[in-house]
Amino acid sequence: MYIYDDLDRRLVAERVDEFRDQVARRLSGELTEEEFKPLRLMNGVYLQLHAYMLRIAIPYGTLSSAQLRTLAQIARRYDRNYGHFTTRQNLQFNWIKLSDLPDVMADLASTGLHGMQTSGNCVRNITTDQWAGVATDEVEDPRIFAEILRQHSTMHPEFTYLPRKFKIAITAAPHDRAAVRVHDIGLRLHRNGAGETGFEVIVGGGLGRAPFVGKTIKPFLAKRDLLSYVEAILRVYNQYGRRDNIYKARIKILVHDMGAEKFAAEVDAEWLNIKDGALAIDPAFIDDIAGRFRYPRYEMVIDNPAALKRAQVTNPRFENWFKNAVSPHKAPGYSIVTLSLKPEGGPPGDATSEQMDRIADLADRYSFGEIRVGHEQNLVLPHVAQGDLPAIWAALDEIGVATPNVSLVSDIIACPGLDYCSLANTRSIPVAQELTRRFKSLDAQRAIGRLHINISGCINACGHHHVGHIGILGVEKNGQEFFQITLGGRADEKAELGTLLGPAVPYAEVADVIEDVVATYVELRERPDELFVETVKRLGVEPFKERVYAAR
Amino acid sequence: MPLVRNGKIVDDLFIRILDDAVVPDDVAAIVPAARLLADAGEFVQRGGATGVLWPNDRNVSELAPHLGRLALVALVFPNFRDGRAYSQARILRERHHFRGELRATGQVLRDQFLLLYRAGFDAFEVSKPADAPAFIKAIERYSAFYQPAVDAPAPAFRRRSVKNFRSDQPVN
Repeated sequence: MYIYDDLDRRLVAERVDEFRDQVARRLSGELTEEEFKPLRLMNGVYLQLHAYMLRIAIPYGTLSSAQLRTLAQIARRYDRNYGHFTTRQNLQFNWIKLSDLPDVMADLASTGLHGMQTSGNCVRNITTDQWAGVATDEVEDPRIFAEILRQHSTMHPEFTYLPRKFKIAITAAPHDRAAVRVHDIGLRLHRNGAGETGFEVIVGGGLGRAPFVGKTIKPFLAKRDLLSYVEAILRVYNQYGRRDNIYKARIKILVHDMGAEKFAAEVDAEWLNIKDGALAIDPAFIDDIAGRFRYPRYEMVIDNPAALKRAQVTNPRFENWFKNAVSPHKAPGYSIVTLSLKPEGGPPGDATSEQMDRIADLADRYSFGEIRVGHEQNLVLPHVAQGDLPAIWAALDEIGVATPNVSLVSDIIACPGLDYCSLANTRSIPVAQELTRRFKSLDAQRAIGRLHINISGCINACGHHHVGHIGILGVEKNGQEFFQITLGGRADEKAELGTLLGPAVPYAEVADVIEDVVATYVELRERPDELFVETVKRLGVEPFKERVYAAR
Repeated sequence: MPLVRNGKIVDDLFIRILDDAVVPDDVAAIVPAARLLADAGEFVQRGGATGVLWPNDRNVSELAPHLGRLALVALVFPNFRDGRAYSQARILRERHHFRGELRATGQVLRDQFLLLYRAGFDAFEVSKPADAPAFIKAIERYSAFYQPAVDAPAPAFRRRSVKNFRSDQPVN
């Protein structure tokens, strides 16, 4: 956990005061809705179909138990007793009253939470690997640099009115769990031939109506240059990004139109002017920020203790969950536990106040008071002693977050869709819910293996459908909900955009089509551990297309 | 439209010259960018101060050779959501060390005062008269910032390392 100091706390408190003043001026008519809109958006406040929605930042996906209790309490007091975890390590409340918002923000600020820059044409919440700091394969803790970037980008005077929103993600592991290649800037912390750590800088990735996998413009950037180089990218984008058409305003279009090489040359030219200035960061600064993170003091415990082994052999339900939701931890005797927010028939990513409170209690008891949020819309308890796994499983099972479907076909990413969102063309949550019912057999899911289904209710792609192994995109045709299916996308280190399967299918047929696609894969795979994406890569979409459309 | 300069509501001593209109010799005048670039010599011998109105889609570094003779650069916000002139302002101040008046024009609203001020603007053609008296309150709303800008060239990480930094003291 990053521990706020006085400066951090004051800034959030002053932001609450400012927003209270802005809401008062809006209510008095002093601010027009047009003037107020960007101000509320930059505090995370959207106007949705039925009510205001408040999006809260969970910087680099790390929450304390106290913060999770604050969220539970806000859901109870001001909303309808639940919150929705998003694909960008944020949490959304869907039913907040405008007049309550300043008080909600003051409550959030009491534990250091806020909605700053979770919307608007500014640098958004910096995201990273939900296993940061505990993963066995990472080079360094990427949250240190996420925090450095968070501070730098918070209320940046030059970059608060960019052409469009701007998303930065960091990974520090060879296995990319932060989808860095589909962000405006993706940073991959790695070690070069000389043994130094630095960043591969990727720009111009993104989804939406013109999806792109990002291009590497700097294979190795020294840490001292991180802020100056990011500032140079933002400055080039701020001046040259398109502002005439909202759909062509993201940096990916600028990089595409200019070409990555020319864009990189512009950035370098700008960077040379500023790289040795105030933004050059020295090791003492990195140490200072790192020193503000509190790390757990792990007990000296052994791997595979007797209590764990006993539960594995005596309780098959526990064993299934253990094999699915528990991952290796860098400290001996500890594990990373993923909490599935994807129960059969449930809306992906939702958690009730009661669940949040119980998870906070479990985090205090078993995970050093820390919770993580991943872009797959699940939660993580990052430091659980293996001997505690049977007890924690029982507690998680009781509150419905121990479904052993992590990374399986029913672990679906979905945007809020037409149930909430004013931009949506179609529903997406009910599609996800129906699919979880179709694939409810856990044995069948395990036999299918790792398979990510991502659903977006419109072309804006909040459900990341382009990078789902199976992507489902809702489109409206003559007032009817139709869905385009793509296959073979992925968001990891081998990021790729999915290929369209064929004509869109009506709402009533989506689940049937997905069942056909999955059945086709099971028949065509060369061996049981050939992943769905690998089979699609090997064979293309044709065999899937034949099977799906022959029957219709 | 009130003009706020260095925190105070003041009279605007500059007149705005449109396109090819004659520039009176002894009056402070803001001329269009195209005219300055076409014949910079035209303004060298003037008695009055010269300023330029610089569009937000033109590289501000083109102004560099002329800055020594300019008393004012006016940058433009066609609407408050178009933030290009923030970058232009910082480049003028930090790279070209422009010390004259840097004026924000266009749609200039209260909730942008602080950002404009931090980016290096010291004069503001305020769009809504009621916003002008709120200027000082708006720029004093925050007591600390993380990143360096024109108003505070040292980032928070440098200030934090200063031992005598007092938490109740504004850091900018």
